[in-house]
Amino acid sequence: MPQVRMVVNGREVAGEVEGRTLLVEFLRERLGLTGTHVGCDTSQCGCCLVLVDGVSVKSCTTLALQCEGANVTTIEGLASDGELHPVQRAFHEHHGLQCGFCTPGMVISAVDLLSRNPDPTEAEVRSWLEGNFCRCTGYHNIVKAVLAAAAELRQQKAA
Amino acid sequence: MVAKGIGAAVPRKEDRRFLTGRGRYTDDIHLPGEVHAVFVRSPHAHARILRIDKGPALAVPGVLAVLTGEDVAADGLGHLVCGWLVKSKDGSPMRMGKHPLLAQGKVRYVGDRVACVVAETLAAARDGAEALVVEYEELPAVTSLAEAEKAPVAVHEEAPDNVVYDWELGDRAAVEEAFAKAHRVVAVDLVNNRLVPNAMEPRAAIGVWDPGTDGYTLYLTSQNPHVHRLVISAFVGIAPEHKLRVVAPDVGGGFGSKIFVYGEECVVLWASRKVGGRPVRWREERSEAFLADAHGRDHLTHAELALDAEGHFLALRVSTRANLGAYMSTFSSCIPTYLYATLLAGQYRTPAIYAEVKALYTNTTPVDAYRGAGRPEASFLVETLVEEAARVLGIDRAEIRRRNFIPKDAFPYQTPVALVYDTGDYATSLERALALADYAGFPARRAEAERRGRLRGIGISCYIEACGIAPSAVVGSLGAGVGLWESAEVRFTHTGKVQVLTGTHTHGQGHETTFSQLVAEALGVPFEDVEVIHGDTAGTPVGMGTYGSRSLAVGGEAILRACRKLIDKGRKIAAHLLEASEADIEFVDGAFRVKGTDRQKTIQEVAFTALVPHRYPPDLEPGFEASAYFDPPNFTFPAGTYVCEVEVDPDTGRVSIEKFVAVDDFGRVINPLVVEGQVHGGLVQGIGQALLEQAVYDPSGQLLTGSFMDYAMPRADDVPAFVVEFAPGTAAAANSMGVKGCGEAGAIGAPAAVINALTDAIGVRVEMPATPEKVWRALHGRRLAQAAE
Ligand code: FES
Ligand code: FES
Repeated sequence: MPQVRMVVNGREVAGEVEGRTLLVEFLRERLGLTGTHVGCDTSQCGCCLVLVDGVSVKSCTTLALQCEGANVTTIEGLASDGELHPVQRAFHEHHGLQCGFCTPGMVISAVDLLSRNPDPTEAEVRSWLEGNFCRCTGYHNIVKAVLAAAAELRQQKAA
Repeated sequence: MVAKGIGAAVPRKEDRRFLTGRGRYTDDIHLPGEVHAVFVRSPHAHARILRIDKGPALAVPGVLAVLTGEDVAADGLGHLVCGWLVKSKDGSPMRMGKHPLLAQGKVRYVGDRVACVVAETLAAARDGAEALVVEYEELPAVTSLAEAEKAPVAVHEEAPDNVVYDWELGDRAAVEEAFAKAHRVVAVDLVNNRLVPNAMEPRAAIGVWDPGTDGYTLYLTSQNPHVHRLVISAFVGIAPEHKLRVVAPDVGGGFGSKIFVYGEECVVLWASRKVGGRPVRWREERSEAFLADAHGRDHLTHAELALDAEGHFLALRVSTRANLGAYMSTFSSCIPTYLYATLLAGQYRTPAIYAEVKALYTNTTPVDAYRGAGRPEASFLVETLVEEAARVLGIDRAEIRRRNFIPKDAFPYQTPVALVYDTGDYATSLERALALADYAGFPARRAEAERRGRLRGIGISCYIEACGIAPSAVVGSLGAGVGLWESAEVRFTHTGKVQVLTGTHTHGQGHETTFSQLVAEALGVPFEDVEVIHGDTAGTPVGMGTYGSRSLAVGGEAILRACRKLIDKGRKIAAHLLEASEADIEFVDGAFRVKGTDRQKTIQEVAFTALVPHRYPPDLEPGFEASAYFDPPNFTFPAGTYVCEVEVDPDTGRVSIEKFVAVDDFGRVINPLVVEGQVHGGLVQGIGQALLEQAVYDPSGQLLTGSFMDYAMPRADDVPAFVVEFAPGTAAAANSMGVKGCGEAGAIGAPAAVINALTDAIGVRVEMPATPEKVWRALHGRRLAQAAE
């Protein structure tokens, strides 16, 4: 079986995988990082998003082997020293999550958006989140949280 | 006054674990020695099983067991049940076809469970499922509700004409009389589209049999673990109730679909014994969920409203056919009857109402409660008819509602369809919603849209629902097989911290936060010192679970009553410690105080004394915990007004929601942040029903909308930001908090608001979901017809 090496949440990991092993399986089953969820089988819901080299990808449609040498960040790796990432904090303050199942994917997606577009409009946020389903929140507070996090991150940068 | 008490918009306690990836859902749990289950499902809508050859599947390396309906029967297990007995007009009981855990002799819908393959790995289980040989003899199928009664196919031999029951409610004679005298009658034919719940977390289960104790544990995506325990022990018979523990850990949304007892979870529990006690785990694929999770809605209705010349409603006559699918799911029978027809009065004093409901079997996935459950169907019907009446009589749509509202001073109000509304103030919600929506300014916005070539419309929906389910004696007299009280236990630790055990279950609703606020307020303890525990039958008191917006109105009241018992006990202890008479002790801000003095003991000190009773009243039991059950005297009746404004692009038929205003009377609101969130989520499910979502079967019974590629889930850019306000509120009478429940309102009120706005924009009513194609055809057809005139 082929070997794969990658850095996950700052930690170097390696393991033997089958050619067909998906990144999400590697993360959940091999590394025990169960924060990355699987919500569909057609690559549509976005529950499985992780950052690979800073870009959000659907780990349900990415092979573990494709991530050889990559830097992967999952939801478990976003907070540093127990301090929530501004996007996580905004989701909490604005009640941008209910059951929490879509949340890791939503947060990762928002982090990616804000790294590309630090000052998105509401319409841009909605259109960016098109690849993430949430059945609970009606998106209202998620959008609010992303906009609030954007403002916070801009302020942090300015300071 | 307590910070983070009742009324405070406290961000949720439960958020941190979900935001950091530390939630613990069923599929995140791993147990030593676990093996995997995969279900083999019927590819046919209706077929006889001629032969199952397990050999090739058992030959797959790693496959441990292949279980079929024959094995289920051989082990003497029972069937799944529907827990609510509905009787037909003639008094005969509903006709319940057998619902086996795994098909026995016949399959009745695409996705029906035929066999379960258990293997060392998921891949081996899948390969084994692939290898299993099942020979079928295909039978003609009936998949359309409209044809179910006439079809030459019987889904169950118990119901040769596929009629499960033919039920009625209301005074038929009074209605006939009113129609005979009516100035005008308006009628509509409505489709209430079939929906797929699609909680984002797929269902999952892990069954464990412990050979040492002969006990069973089931980890499960459940909204009501105790209900699962009851049904699996009492009816399916896998384990006696005291030897079965059901754990519902974090659950990723339910919306009704995780209330029900399904075959899969029973089979994995039983299968664990078959493989010597190794834990058997199963998680459905999304495409499986589309086939296997109970669907919602699916009604065909003809409804007529009789009016006088001033637009007063005289009588309502409703005839509905409801699709129950291939088997009767756990609560399916009560949804299109007691949760539907009883709400047909809406917010209006229609003096006479008669409804008849025929429930039918078809070769489709079973249909049961989905967010709102019966009440969205009723509200959609009433609010469509009301706007139709306004159009026909040329009365303003807000005005016709004002004329017919049950007035504020008429409560309690006995409707002609069994319910007694406790309180309400419908006009206030309506006027506030109209103001927020700038109803008066609409003609100008319409004219402006017209200049841009767009069609603009505005629609109103004044919904009502019955929540806080439910008074046990009432539901019992109507056929329910269970009581619908709720339970709670509140206990102090030595160090003054509080544990709250509830029989309800939270799967997104934020109970851990809301209940903590409630307890913080009642006991005067810090919010942070309260821990809410739920979801494990081994660790929580028996409860009926979470659905029907009941958790706070029923479960919250049980918690409060337990708190009050503690305060009563605390008063005795404090009196002893303070050497005062009990009558002189008052409980204020978390302390027992001798009235008129500053001599006091905090509740934490009292709790400590009760647990370390060195100086203690001689006749009093030690310990500082209390439990309570609460059976509500009535339902609660949340109500409100939604106003939706849409714009239609006539070239594409695309409908965009420009503004959506929701004004709800939920009574007392404990956490406005959480309650608003519940409204938003419900609204989007309602908008999804109105514009996007529909489960579609082809005539052979294949589900055409079997994945997210074909079933249109609402996305962030399909919906607007909402304007949500709480009406000043009338306190519910059925509980001491005055709360009414908020989880379903959005899904109940939104569809009519959207469709009424669309009808206003394009001049014709389009059936839900009003897809661009349907809207374009409706517009185009009308223009062609006009051109031809
Ligand atoms: S699990 Fe749905 S997109 Fe990856
Ligand atoms: S919070 Fe439940 S799916 Fe988004």
